[in-house]
Amino acid sequence: MAEANASGAGAGRRNIFKTLEFDTRLLGMVGAFILVCIVFNVLTDGRFLTPRNIFNLTIQTVSVAIMATGMVFVIVTRNIDLSVGSLLATCSAMMAITQTQALPSLGLDYGNPVIAPVAILVGLLTGGLIGAFQGWIVGYLSVPAFIVSLGGLLVWRNVAWYLTSGQTIGPLDDTFQTLGGIGGTLGVTGSWIFGVLATLVAWAAIAQARKARINHEFPVKPLWAEGVLMALSAAAILGFVAILNAYEVPSRVLRRAFEARGETMPEGFTAGYGIPFSVLLLIAVAVVMTVIARRTRLGRYIFATGGNPEAAELSGINTRLLTVKVFALMGVLCALAGMVASARLSFHSNDIGTLDELRVIAAAVIGGTALAGGIGTIYGAILGALIMQSLQSGMAMVGVDAPFQNIVVGVVLVLAVLIDILYRKRTGDR
Amino acid sequence: MVSRTGAPLVEMRDISVSFGGIKAVDHVTVDLYPGEVVGLLGHNGAGKSTLIKCLSGAYRMDSGEILIDGEKVEITNPRDARRYNIETIYQTLALADNLDAASNLFLGRELVSPTGLVDDAQMEAETRKIMARLNPNFRKFQDPVKALSGGQRQSVAIARAVYFNARILIMDEPTAALGPQETQMVAELIEQLKAQGIGIFLIEHDIHNVMKLCDRASVMKNGQLVGTVNVAEVTDEDILGMIILGKQPRPHGAQ
Repeated sequence: MAEANASGAGAGRRNIFKTLEFDTRLLGMVGAFILVCIVFNVLTDGRFLTPRNIFNLTIQTVSVAIMATGMVFVIVTRNIDLSVGSLLATCSAMMAITQTQALPSLGLDYGNPVIAPVAILVGLLTGGLIGAFQGWIVGYLSVPAFIVSLGGLLVWRNVAWYLTSGQTIGPLDDTFQTLGGIGGTLGVTGSWIFGVLATLVAWAAIAQARKARINHEFPVKPLWAEGVLMALSAAAILGFVAILNAYEVPSRVLRRAFEARGETMPEGFTAGYGIPFSVLLLIAVAVVMTVIARRTRLGRYIFATGGNPEAAELSGINTRLLTVKVFALMGVLCALAGMVASARLSFHSNDIGTLDELRVIAAAVIGGTALAGGIGTIYGAILGALIMQSLQSGMAMVGVDAPFQNIVVGVVLVLAVLIDILYRKRTGDR
Repeated sequence: MVSRTGAPLVEMRDISVSFGGIKAVDHVTVDLYPGEVVGLLGHNGAGKSTLIKCLSGAYRMDSGEILIDGEKVEITNPRDARRYNIETIYQTLALADNLDAASNLFLGRELVSPTGLVDDAQMEAETRKIMARLNPNFRKFQDPVKALSGGQRQSVAIARAVYFNARILIMDEPTAALGPQETQMVAELIEQLKAQGIGIFLIEHDIHNVMKLCDRASVMKNGQLVGTVNVAEVTDEDILGMIILGKQPRPHGAQ
């Protein structure tokens, strides 16, 4: 009866969160993230929480965050994938070769509009096939995922090296490069339209969920709680859009853009960047992966298998094929991440994605994915990636020495898992 | 009384299973008629669970055949078993602890909406319906099943077996983890299901439950069938003799 001793204010607050049906773990992570931001903002004299830095932070997070969503499924099914950084490199190499060598040799010149889609398709196929192959070895040949992906870490890193002879390949196709971040954004108006649409979708989802519960005569949250949820979701979405819109394109960049069109820039003309395409991609990945996790049979089977593989098998779930699917999905996401990473650099480099496997696993784990399997959320993994990237960027801005940066990240990883274990012990959640 | 005319609901003929040279099940034949409860008895390691897992699709037999309604069937995995309306309540319950009751009840057979997405609300509604019948005290529909008591978990496992119109039910020690009240609940349920014409294989250690619930009892020892008896025609001493000594009961009680 430890809770009986809690102060009245604490108990009251818990009740509010309970009524809103908030995930307390999510609140904890958001709290940690806000704390990290505030501390760095103070240490950098307000340079950390500027639109410019927040913009950079989001585009730097995208590649790892995309892969982290897939890693959630891998870890939930009690597997691990150490090969994601190397797989990213192989996919990136394939896409780079396709757009700079293979397609031009077929007569498709630089700047041809089909180059980017074809290159991306090649990358996705490469990732999917390699992922499925590794999943097949894990699922059907019963080699532990740790070993298969440890082998994969060496193999795919060096396949990428062999394919490119270790050379940097670039510049990449112009259309392709727009997917990297600052090179392709929605602009202010487009971003507002997106923000409003996203808010409406969120509201519709909340209303729909409530309607379904009322139809079945299940207990529902009080109306004010739904209202608070709607207001919070709108504030979060539109606030995010406002920040990204507030980051203004430097005037020399604007002037160059006008000159390229043969016009002169009007005096006092300004434009904000808005939401980068790569962030839109991450949002799309997050939505699709969340729907898979929560609302499809595939997702249900992934979590059931992680919770009790034997029970899943006895329920008629083909757990071997499931493993193949999970790893294939991971491979496809590696390809998407490779696309964003190389587009951001504007070239493929031999060391692209190095150590990403550790960042991706750390993001998933900091985001609350349990290595014992069965537990994990997509939003948690993305938030985990954001926290990791904030730490890294923040320390770089403060001027922390490089070795200390990695030491801190390592300590934070262990600490995050420790806190999670203590939290679960307290709530009796295994 | 159970009528044993016509083809049995299930007939497992001459089943053998070995694991690395050890014969876990050695040429065993058992059968089951509609509306009948057949107890499978024997010491731990006698081969009861192995035998029954051939029927539920969890293991593959090395030789022998399974007939349902007199026709030979191939059961190579749990999906096949479900197709023949064979449902199993495993001793371990086989629940995914991290999922809620409805997700467990419909695991592998989720209800989907027209869009192809899992219809959680509909599944919860169905779960509430069947739970109102099986265990009216059940309230925790939103929690993962690891938060449930032994009896509540058991009722989820039972609900899963009963919901999908089972014709053949396998219960592996359904009362082992239960208190007296819940054991009584399971006993009543077995009577209900019998009355509906469902055939039940019941693996049970408690001789009193066997005498109370079963119509016939098949006793196994060291992978072999000692014999099958009509429970009404023998005493619990006879059955214990079969289990412990592998001894046939006195002639007047033999089938």
